[in-house]
Amino acid sequence: MIPVPPAIQRIPWKLIALLSAITGFGLLVLYSAAGGNASPWALQQGTRFAIFLTMALAIGRIPLRFFEDFSYLGYLGVAVLLVAVELLGFVGGGSQRWLNLGFMNLQPSELMKVAIVLALARFYTQLPPGETRSWTALWPALVMIGIPAALVMLQPDLGTALAICASGAIVMFVAGLPLWWFGSAVIAGAAALPILFSMLHDYQQKRVLIFLDPESDPLGAGYHISQSKIAIGSGGISGKGFLNGSQSHLDYLPEGHTDFIFATMAEEWGLIGGLALMFGFFLLLRWSTRVAMNARTRFGQLVATGLTMTIFFYIAINLMMVMGLAPVVGIPLPLFSYGGSSMLTIMTCVGIVLAIENDSRTGVRRFH
Amino acid sequence: MRRKNPRQTMPITEAWRGMTFTRRTLLVGGGQMAVGAALATRMAYISVVDNDRYVLESESNRVNLTLVPPRRGWIVDRHGKALANNRVSLRIDIIPDRLHNKDLVLGQLRTLLRLDGDAMDRIERDLKAASGFQPVAVAEDVTEQDYSAVLVRLPDLSGIAPARGFARNYPTGAAVGHLIGYVGAPNAEEYEKAKNPLYITPGFKIGKDGLEKYFEDVLKGKPGARRVEVTARGKVVRDLNTQPDVQGKTVHLTIDADLQEYVARRMGRESGAAIVIDCLNGDILSFVSMPSFDPNSFSDGISNSEYAWLRADDHQPLINKATRGLYPPGSTLKPMAAIAAMEHGVDPGEKHTCIGGYRLGSRFFRCLGRHGTIDMPTAIEKSCNSYFYWLGHRLGYDAIAPTARLLGLGEEYQLAGSAQRYGTIPDSEWKMRKYHREWSASDSLNAVIGQGYVLANPLQLAVMAARIASGRALYPRLINRQFENKPLPFAEEHLAVAREGMNRVVNGPGTAVRSRLPLDGIAMAGKTGTAQVRGLASGGNGKGGTWKYRDHGLFVCFAPVDNPRYAASVVIEHGMGGSRAAAPVAKDIFTFLYDREKAMAALEGFEAGWGGTITERMNRDYAAWKAGASSDPEPGAPR
Repeated sequence: MIPVPPAIQRIPWKLIALLSAITGFGLLVLYSAAGGNASPWALQQGTRFAIFLTMALAIGRIPLRFFEDFSYLGYLGVAVLLVAVELLGFVGGGSQRWLNLGFMNLQPSELMKVAIVLALARFYTQLPPGETRSWTALWPALVMIGIPAALVMLQPDLGTALAICASGAIVMFVAGLPLWWFGSAVIAGAAALPILFSMLHDYQQKRVLIFLDPESDPLGAGYHISQSKIAIGSGGISGKGFLNGSQSHLDYLPEGHTDFIFATMAEEWGLIGGLALMFGFFLLLRWSTRVAMNARTRFGQLVATGLTMTIFFYIAINLMMVMGLAPVVGIPLPLFSYGGSSMLTIMTCVGIVLAIENDSRTGVRRFH
Repeated sequence: MRRKNPRQTMPITEAWRGMTFTRRTLLVGGGQMAVGAALATRMAYISVVDNDRYVLESESNRVNLTLVPPRRGWIVDRHGKALANNRVSLRIDIIPDRLHNKDLVLGQLRTLLRLDGDAMDRIERDLKAASGFQPVAVAEDVTEQDYSAVLVRLPDLSGIAPARGFARNYPTGAAVGHLIGYVGAPNAEEYEKAKNPLYITPGFKIGKDGLEKYFEDVLKGKPGARRVEVTARGKVVRDLNTQPDVQGKTVHLTIDADLQEYVARRMGRESGAAIVIDCLNGDILSFVSMPSFDPNSFSDGISNSEYAWLRADDHQPLINKATRGLYPPGSTLKPMAAIAAMEHGVDPGEKHTCIGGYRLGSRFFRCLGRHGTIDMPTAIEKSCNSYFYWLGHRLGYDAIAPTARLLGLGEEYQLAGSAQRYGTIPDSEWKMRKYHREWSASDSLNAVIGQGYVLANPLQLAVMAARIASGRALYPRLINRQFENKPLPFAEEHLAVAREGMNRVVNGPGTAVRSRLPLDGIAMAGKTGTAQVRGLASGGNGKGGTWKYRDHGLFVCFAPVDNPRYAASVVIEHGMGGSRAAAPVAKDIFTFLYDREKAMAALEGFEAGWGGTITERMNRDYAAWKAGASSDPEPGAPR
């Protein structure tokens, strides 16, 4: 047997294969959505993936200690950027989300999805175990989640605000905070729903209402959901075949290469393609959950669980949206949808989880 | 933390925290898998259980089925010449489903096609009522330039569908208005009744009046269908398949298109009707009521102001006088009365002395002249009222009325496409039924000279002339419909006396000698009639003054005298007399039948005096009317 050099062994080949498979499938769909063309989407997305994959692998080599040390600083930095977006950012698609850095458009709210997990994980790592059920365990976390969530809602960007809250809440949950806190928060949230609803913007309220009854306005605001369901439903079990999707090719499906790419895929690949993709995501999430379970440090545990939730939140909300189970909130499908910001976030998450995995191999586990 | 909880008493260690983490992470992971399973189930439900429904919806997105209105069948004359055909027409429609930026697109169209406020209101209204892919008409019959202007900007005009279709065309225009009728877009009630999607397809027209309406089932044809693959913006990607339309069948009329046009033109500025019938089989060769409307205007959707103009005209261009105009036939009934008298045993050689009138009791019924002692043919020739008063008084009108009916008067014919008013041939029973009064001798005297209760339409007068000329019960027909046309139960020599009297009217020293045919070897026989519009007692003599109080001029005739081939009737409303107004028209009509060039020369002379052809005059009159009366628009144009 030829001995495999340790440097090669250390490269997570299985993970790379999984990410490449998901993204590669996405590239096929983008190729089809462009009418059988590598441009304008597939080629750029492929290039971007190569860069971000390299970046993720590089992040994976960074010692976990580094993330722990810089988590608060990073959180503060991103929070400052969010304020800067409010003051200086430019408006696109009806909301103010982007900062023009000259060479790229930065969406700080995407970075916040990662930063909040790191900061909260740091906070609960430092918290003495005895304080887990005390007030001290709660209010700093709520403030840390509340500030960026509020800033993102101002943009306005309901989807990202929810993602930040969800990731933060999961970190709090696995940190061991009393269950009844979450129970009562859910009840209080349900009670406050009408009030929150009234605070939403008109177009957001409309989306929620349309979601509740999409057929009420099939040509207006319900158009997205109706057309998406038609695309998925008409695909059947095995789909209409590669390059044969009429909904996407004839422009009936809006945003067929970004938020609604799953519908584009399902139309041509059918239920089989959909289940295959979901299985791919399942493998990815299983990997990161296992990393969390096997993490060597508490910080690693909390971060891996939180980031798993971040990735899951993208997938779940996007799929619910395209299948008519959630309002249209504008959340892309990780690795699949065309776009840089979400891929950057996902690959950063993957990189950090990879760092945690590498960390767990370096020493003795502190917890059982 | 005042809650009593057993856990609270346990010390919280790092080990406990680790176990809690593992438990809760597994819980979260399980929750995520549950959500994933739910999503997979949902997807399976949509794509397997609801698959049929969504496949259908996807197809209805992708495929756009448009009905292609069928080309209407032609209406042709006896020689195959078109009286109504189709011409290519360019149109612009809107597909409401595809109209994403309504205000912008409509604004552009308004500029490109120069639409006025009325048109924009109508489009907005139609758009509100329309749904889905049902096109809404923006403009019909646009010019080639406007059409290309829209075509060029099509990429910016989502939802706009330019189309090439057909429109109805009537080559002779107003000459066939009352005969053919016109077509128009179906209205809401017609759509409700038919429940046919074709009825709301832009460009589809149905027959609204006349023969167009009567022969609708024959003419309409079968619609075609076009299936195209379209993008969400309405751009056609490719044709899937097209089923061509089936053109409606051709309707062959007995009309002679050239004669029809000639007669219409020869009527000039007068109001009236003229009908020419073939004495061999009852074929109607021309069927004219003037003035008329241009059926092309109606078929393209007549404007409110043009319709108001037609309604305001006291010559009533919207009424078909040939079958719906009722006139006292006056002296034109005298040959008929003569036949009736002979059938009741009166000797045509028996003489009566005209003393300028006839005394009935204390009343004196006037004659127009003092004709002396005359026999029956001379009485017809001179149109002597006294002679016929004498006959009427002697026989009573109950003896004459059956003969009138046998000659086609008072009868409603089975005639394609015309609503007829069939008038009155009175008798004692009729009067009792209608007025509950006894028939009087003076009623007979009035009726025998075609006044009083007697009313007939111009078509009936033409049929009467044709029946006297042929001796058979001819029925008028516009299509090849078989009638028995049995011989009339009159003695041939009695008919001959009537014909001889009519011959002498024109060719002897009669009332219409000035209308003798300018032809060698062909002579026309006829009978003039002058119908009083109001009684002599009410002032005026009907020979001048206000147009609408002047007498009607009538003329019934046939030619050639010795072997009749054609019969005709001409009615000129308020023409002040049959010999003066109606007979000259009949003369030119018969001249046309035998010598077109001579007749055309005569017509051109007249038209120069009247101010041009029918179209030229109508255009000028309409323009003048618009300039004068636009301040008082009359609403209610038909749709």
